[in-house]
Amino acid sequence: MADAGPRAQVEPGGTIVHLRGITKRFPGVVANDGLSLTIRGGEVHALLGENGAGKSTLVGILSGFLQPDAGAIELDGHPIAIDTPRRALDLGFGTVPQHPALPPRLTVIETLMLGGSWRAPLRRSAALDRFAALSRSLGIAIDPHTRAGSLSLGERQQLAILRALWRDARVLILDEPTSMLSPDGVRDLGRLMARLKTAGTAIVFITHKLREALAFGDRVTVLRRGRIAGHLPPEDLGATGREAVTDRIVSMMFPGTDARDDDAAAAADRLSHRRAAPPGATAPMVLDVRNVTSRGIDGEIGVTDVSFTVRAGEVFGIAGVDGNGQRPLAELIAGQRRLRGGDILLDGRSVAALSVTERRRLGLRYVTDDRFGEGVVVGQSLATNLVLKQIGQPPFWRRGITRRGAIGRHAGALIAQHDIRAQSPDTPIEWLSGGNIQKALLARELTDRPRAVVYANPTHGLDVHTTHLARMAIRRQADGGIATVVLSTDLDELLALCDRIGVLLAGRLTGIVDNGPDGAARIGPLMIGAAA
Amino acid sequence: MTEGDGLAVGGPAHGRRGPAWQLLKAASRVLIPVACALAVGGAVLALLGRDPVQYYADVVQRGLLTRLGLQEAVIRMAPLLLVGAGLIVAFRAGLWNLGVDGQFLLAAAVAAAIGGGLIAALPSPFVLALGFAAAAAVAGIWSLVPALLKARHGVNEIVSTLMTSFIGISLANLLVKIPFNDPGTTVPQTRTLPIEGRLPRLFDTPIHLGVVLSLAAIVAVHLVMTRTAFGLRLQVLGASPAAARHAGLNLTRLTIAAFALSAGLIGLGGAVEILGVWGTMRADWNPAYGLLVIPLVLLARCHGVGVIVLVFAFSVVSIGGETAARRADLPNYMTLVLIALVLGFLAVVEYLERRPRPVAG
Repeated sequence: MADAGPRAQVEPGGTIVHLRGITKRFPGVVANDGLSLTIRGGEVHALLGENGAGKSTLVGILSGFLQPDAGAIELDGHPIAIDTPRRALDLGFGTVPQHPALPPRLTVIETLMLGGSWRAPLRRSAALDRFAALSRSLGIAIDPHTRAGSLSLGERQQLAILRALWRDARVLILDEPTSMLSPDGVRDLGRLMARLKTAGTAIVFITHKLREALAFGDRVTVLRRGRIAGHLPPEDLGATGREAVTDRIVSMMFPGTDARDDDAAAAADRLSHRRAAPPGATAPMVLDVRNVTSRGIDGEIGVTDVSFTVRAGEVFGIAGVDGNGQRPLAELIAGQRRLRGGDILLDGRSVAALSVTERRRLGLRYVTDDRFGEGVVVGQSLATNLVLKQIGQPPFWRRGITRRGAIGRHAGALIAQHDIRAQSPDTPIEWLSGGNIQKALLARELTDRPRAVVYANPTHGLDVHTTHLARMAIRRQADGGIATVVLSTDLDELLALCDRIGVLLAGRLTGIVDNGPDGAARIGPLMIGAAA
Repeated sequence: MTEGDGLAVGGPAHGRRGPAWQLLKAASRVLIPVACALAVGGAVLALLGRDPVQYYADVVQRGLLTRLGLQEAVIRMAPLLLVGAGLIVAFRAGLWNLGVDGQFLLAAAVAAAIGGGLIAALPSPFVLALGFAAAAAVAGIWSLVPALLKARHGVNEIVSTLMTSFIGISLANLLVKIPFNDPGTTVPQTRTLPIEGRLPRLFDTPIHLGVVLSLAAIVAVHLVMTRTAFGLRLQVLGASPAAARHAGLNLTRLTIAAFALSAGLIGLGGAVEILGVWGTMRADWNPAYGLLVIPLVLLARCHGVGVIVLVFAFSVVSIGGETAARRADLPNYMTLVLIALVLGFLAVVEYLERRPRPVAG
């Protein structure tokens, strides 16, 4: 598309897309119920809503994956049908999904070169030039020759944004784009959106975070249970004070609740997970990571000489921009990766030579953030997924024979204990919602006497309510004496949860900070390598 | 995030209609392609100046309705079932073992050499047991090449199994011609295992014990895959190697075990054909069951019972087709044309069913 010339641009504020009465039903639920929206060029239209509000269904319709049951879509005043994803791209709808699907074996530049006409010659050097220009203008620093599969989650998202813009998207749909970004990354994204706006691009910004909707949206539409619960045009957003706007939106999102209560909940969210007094020096040392080193795979940043200790009941946070060695570090501790140097001690005993299964049996657990990639096995039942790390072990297997009764009872108990919402233990895991899949993973890792638990981005992709529950669960487990490590790219989360926070930069721990009122101020510089 | 919610509400749609509807749908998935294949095959026969009705009647009559034909079809099932069982293991573990023919023929050559060579010295049951064991072992060891390449170096097993298959076929040919050759015959072949030394017949029919063993083997494989820890490990490996690694499974050991078991079962298929039916192996013998059974296993979605049903249907058509083709004065390839049409239409129906459809997002 590079040589297709600039598309006809609508001047800022001009309507590009008009949705009229979009309705989409799934068995038992109306996901979109008569939605009407206007998407204008040069404007960020924030779509705000909780889980199940219908945001993703709308994204599916705009990106050609779903067909509305009723309603019409107009582009530049002409009725259109977005009947396939390809048509969506051709019409100029670029979608950046929350979990971008990228061909793992292709490099970044090859990924971008995909999708052209089958006859068109591939011009690698031209593409590289374009990549350099585009990524410079967007402030994105990815090596174009890295394989997509070895990019971190945050980098995958950046690549997905690049890919949408590569095809000259006029309407850029960002589905929860900030969920994997560092605070700096979010700021960069804001700048990037500002630049795109001046070019006349329309941006649909899907989020469940009120703060982001207000920070980035020129126009905010609140979705609730498939319907439009309220709409704030730019004049309303600008004229009234920030507090009044917040109150109005909160009452749209949660009718019947008092806005102040919600503010209180938000404030509590920030603080209540932390304990007044961290465990003292008398608490036993549970996890002792000593000078661990491991090379990264396929150009990924590895881990170099990282040391830290976690006492029973302590929550140790690891902050850092995504892709600075978080995944290798978590996998080293869990036993999924070979150690090239250093040692890991659990309750004073070296576990460096033990397998994942043996470490798990000793109480070392890992809650992965790659839930669909490695956390669960799609196609297997919830019950089976709950015993995935105990295959072959009693009481679920006896002499290698599966005991379905025992697995079912175990699942029933965990479902009740962790409030996992599923039709039955035999439900395929992929039918569960994201929040419930995370509950299932937590249930799996926290059962059977855990001693030390490593959480990777434990609330990534969860809505406010589920996030709150997940953090409460982590804190409660820690208070019960579990040594806890939380790796998160969300600094607020670490500030809310942790007793101490270490900062990972380019695979090294650049510092460890006691969490306190000035935590954020002291960690920020460490994250970008600006502090000694 | 709402993706999960979409999936949660999208799911129950599968079970919304009654079981009768499901059954009808499943039946139509087979009957429609068969009807289409019969129509197109009939047109081909008519173009060739043959009577399609007569031809099809011959196939059914000879393959299913006569005692002799049905017996032959059942005997034909034995090696196909064992190859199918081996492929179920590999495919469920996500490993494309396309080296069936090499594994099958090497095992057959060894079984033939043991059968014909030792029958004079040892009682028949020992010889047969030894022949089966050696066949499974040889095929299993042969598969170590692609298994190790895959497990240790990530070499694509599609390429490596296909390549080692060619070598295996040639090596089996060489073994029969030189070390295992029976000097008493003019065509290169192994020493013959006399009929009374072969697998015992059942109830005064030509059907031999191997058919029962093969059925037992594929049922056992199905149970192992669905009801044991080992089977679940293989399925996790097949569904997602990353999840297998996360769950602490030993990917190297599982890959090698799956390959060895798969090839071992295929090797038993070679042995059952030699020790049950032929008693000897000719150097130029290659039934090429691999490419025939692969689509059947995939169509049955790697389900043991499904494979039994499809293998039976295939055997009936191929046995009946041999007679029908002879009577209609057509080459035996007409059978393959019909089977190819059925498979082709099955694939088309499968494609139409799985066409990109709205996914709950």
